[in-house]
Amino acid sequence: MTTLPQDWFIKIDALRSAVSDWLTRSFLPIWLPNLAVLLGTLLLALLVWQGNRSERWATAWRRLRGDRLGQAAAVVASLFLVVGSLETVVFPTETGSRTLLQMLLSGIPQEKGYAAPMATHALSVSDPKPLFTRHILGTDALGRDTLVQTLRATRSALWIGGLTSLVYIPLGVLLGILAAYYRGWVDDLVQYLYSTIAAVPEILMLVAILMVLGKGLGTMSIALGITGWVGMARLIRGETLRQMERPYVAAAKAMGQSHWKILTRHLLPNVMHLIVIKFVLGFSGLVLAEAVLSYLGVGAPVGTPSWGTIIDASRSELSREPVVWWNLAAASFALFLLVLSLNILGDALRRAFDPKSNT
Amino acid sequence: MLSVRSLSIDFGSGPARVQAVKDISFSIAPGETLALVGESGSGKSVTGLALTRLLQEPPAVYSGGEILFEGRNVLKMSPAELRRLRGGKIAYVFQEPSTSLNPVFTVRSQIAEALSLHRPEVSDIDAEVARCLDLVGIVDPSKRMHDYPHQLSGGMQQRVMIAMALACHPQLLVADEPTTALDVTVQAQILDQMRLIKQQIKMAMLLITHNFGIIGGIADRVAVMFRGAIVEHGSTAEVLHNPQHPYTKALIGCIPQLGQRRRRLTTIDYSTLG
Amino acid sequence: MFSYLLRRLLFFVPIVAGVMLLTFALFFMVQSPKAMAHRVLGPKATPKAVELWLHNRGYDKPLLINQIPDQPWHDSLFISQMRRLATFDLGRSDVTGRPLSEVFRQGALPSLLLTVPAFLAGLAMSVGLALYLVFIRNAAADLFASLLCVALMSVPVMVYVIFGQYLVAQVFNYFPAFGFQLNGWSTAKFLFLPIALMIVSGLGADVRLFRALFLEELGQDYIRTARAKGVSSAVVLLRHVLKNGLINLITLVVASLPFLIMGSLLLENFFGIPGLGNVLFTAIQMPDFAVVQASVFLGSLLYLGGLLLTDLCYAWADPRIRLH
Repeated sequence: MTTLPQDWFIKIDALRSAVSDWLTRSFLPIWLPNLAVLLGTLLLALLVWQGNRSERWATAWRRLRGDRLGQAAAVVASLFLVVGSLETVVFPTETGSRTLLQMLLSGIPQEKGYAAPMATHALSVSDPKPLFTRHILGTDALGRDTLVQTLRATRSALWIGGLTSLVYIPLGVLLGILAAYYRGWVDDLVQYLYSTIAAVPEILMLVAILMVLGKGLGTMSIALGITGWVGMARLIRGETLRQMERPYVAAAKAMGQSHWKILTRHLLPNVMHLIVIKFVLGFSGLVLAEAVLSYLGVGAPVGTPSWGTIIDASRSELSREPVVWWNLAAASFALFLLVLSLNILGDALRRAFDPKSNT
Repeated sequence: MLSVRSLSIDFGSGPARVQAVKDISFSIAPGETLALVGESGSGKSVTGLALTRLLQEPPAVYSGGEILFEGRNVLKMSPAELRRLRGGKIAYVFQEPSTSLNPVFTVRSQIAEALSLHRPEVSDIDAEVARCLDLVGIVDPSKRMHDYPHQLSGGMQQRVMIAMALACHPQLLVADEPTTALDVTVQAQILDQMRLIKQQIKMAMLLITHNFGIIGGIADRVAVMFRGAIVEHGSTAEVLHNPQHPYTKALIGCIPQLGQRRRRLTTIDYSTLG
Repeated sequence: MFSYLLRRLLFFVPIVAGVMLLTFALFFMVQSPKAMAHRVLGPKATPKAVELWLHNRGYDKPLLINQIPDQPWHDSLFISQMRRLATFDLGRSDVTGRPLSEVFRQGALPSLLLTVPAFLAGLAMSVGLALYLVFIRNAAADLFASLLCVALMSVPVMVYVIFGQYLVAQVFNYFPAFGFQLNGWSTAKFLFLPIALMIVSGLGADVRLFRALFLEELGQDYIRTARAKGVSSAVVLLRHVLKNGLINLITLVVASLPFLIMGSLLLENFFGIPGLGNVLFTAIQMPDFAVVQASVFLGSLLYLGGLLLTDLCYAWADPRIRLH
């Protein structure tokens, strides 16, 4: 019997620390976030353009345009997307790199400590010094503008949602569609894999993975991706099995089309709308998960603004005298608004794609 | 007994509003059977459900006319009166017996529910349920009534539906495509059974069907519905042998006849019907 | 029935083995036991202290197969861990050294006191509200309620807790904001607020789900049959819709029953309830790897138990289902 070589741990430790360093670094290589924003924009444009070509998508698009609530939700979610992108695009400056959002909002000065919303003087019973300026939503413990911090924290939420989606959607779709298409041992294997992952309660799995891999947006995405693909794979497997019973698949097979062509030209387009709906609704779940994990202390690293960490910090602020409530309120409301708009948008998409609704 | 006068029913509201039933009138005398024939979407099922206001409102809107049952307008009845009418005076048999019976209750409890609503004086429920099942030709009814619907065949399920409808001695039975979902041999058995029951008890019937082939020997009169309106109305023999309206002619032409040599089945050319 | 149970249990064996392998790989292969020791003892711990820490917990054994001469080949970390877990021996805490079976047994009661009432009351409330929404059939009320449900779903648990705790406990001072005493009926006053918050945080999602479930039943043919018999709307809903709906509800609800024992991570921590959720929370903060590993193992068993329970309840409630 062979066993692992003696230097296994040394190698694996080096690899692990290299990977986790890269993943947990709060400042990624300067070109990477910029590229990500560009790619994300292109992807969205491609999706909309592609959507107009298929009849199902065109119908859904038309229905969505009649859905006021869905449109409002889409606008709100897009605003968050813009803010998160502004915070993601990084420029190198003399004093280190700064994000576009920071540069745009650089006119807002930093105070010495807490200040209430629209107050003229610092929040201190013993020494209420005059402030540099009024802050619409007040300032936090370090005197930073609450509104700016809340907006900056959008980035963590969107990165977690985006990166995790990049992990779990391809994984789940690929495994789900392959399991349903090839059946047999492929199906058995995929089902075994997701039964095993699903057998561990999600929160425990997340906590365990994050404890071992360490904090960070990257590790959080990997952890959420590992637990998240199960639902996607189940959904896609079920729908693909249903599609496989349709005559068009048999027709394509009878015409001698290759497996690859049947999978990409016939099956994938027919489950695509489910992927989009699941993506939007899943995104809202990921944003919530980011906040909860950051709150538990296994999420966003120190120094990365995140709604979860702001809410965590604000617990003690509530027992201060006078009560500091604005940080909690701002972070909670921003989080609520993004999750709410994503949920409403997801519902609107589901209605728009539902063949049973006839408006 | 039942008289429908210029009844109109719309669905939806605003620009999406469609008229499903257009100004129809007919009547049924006690003990008489009227067949309402038409293709799917012609408004015949809507008419049947409207007789006791079973349509979901909205989207359905009763936009005109009246339905008189024993001289009283059904459309003006209170919810409690409607409930007494439904099942008690006018009972229904639907098309799909496998989904029309509640899967989680036994046959006995579903028939007993109807009995408790309209014939509270019945004390021995088991005996009465068995009597109803026996009437529709179910063998060993005292045992079968403890079955769940999924344990019965399609034909048996439809017999249960009929037994349930007859349990409260209705004056009118609305049979909405009662045999369409069944195998051809079972169809014939069910129709025979209905004919037999008609002879035993005096009850009027509204037979709703798309199939001219099944109405002979069971219906006294026929009304033909087309696009929400009644286009022809007369005694069964009259309509079958001497149809006036081109749509009726076309429908009757569609019945395949045994012994006739025809290469193709007849279809209806709607462009000529207006 | 017996053969069904047997097949089901046989199906569980590879899954439990997979979970055990997964946790072992995660805790001892992705990171080395040495790195684990440093995480607990701090980066500046002396090599000696690290070695002692590892030895006391048996983490210094060879990883997969023992190849050291004069030692049995099966005296490795992997095999000893698997053997331990296979006999339901959960091991000891990395931090306190207490047997985990004892820790978990102690935490179970406070957790159940929190989750069982919250589960039962929450279920009753959401089923009732969903039925009511289906019953009134009012477009405006429906829209308002479904928006409210989505809004309730969009608030993270901790925000509910912080606001709830602040309002009820600090502003109105009705209930203690923190603490727990297992002392007869007076325990209730500590539990009231967390139970209420647990219900509220789950209400939106549940009402929405159940409403959709009941609406689907309401569109079925047999509902038309019942109405055609003269059954009143209320009875249609309470007899025909509810019974069919509840059977579908079993698949959604019963699987979560075993997890009631795990308590609630966030609520127990917020209110200082010494349940299993709090045990886990503390273990995350420490970090105590043994506790997290044992929780993962236990959690997977509970999940599989939930699957089995779902099947059994389904067969019991739905006359169409027979297990064989």
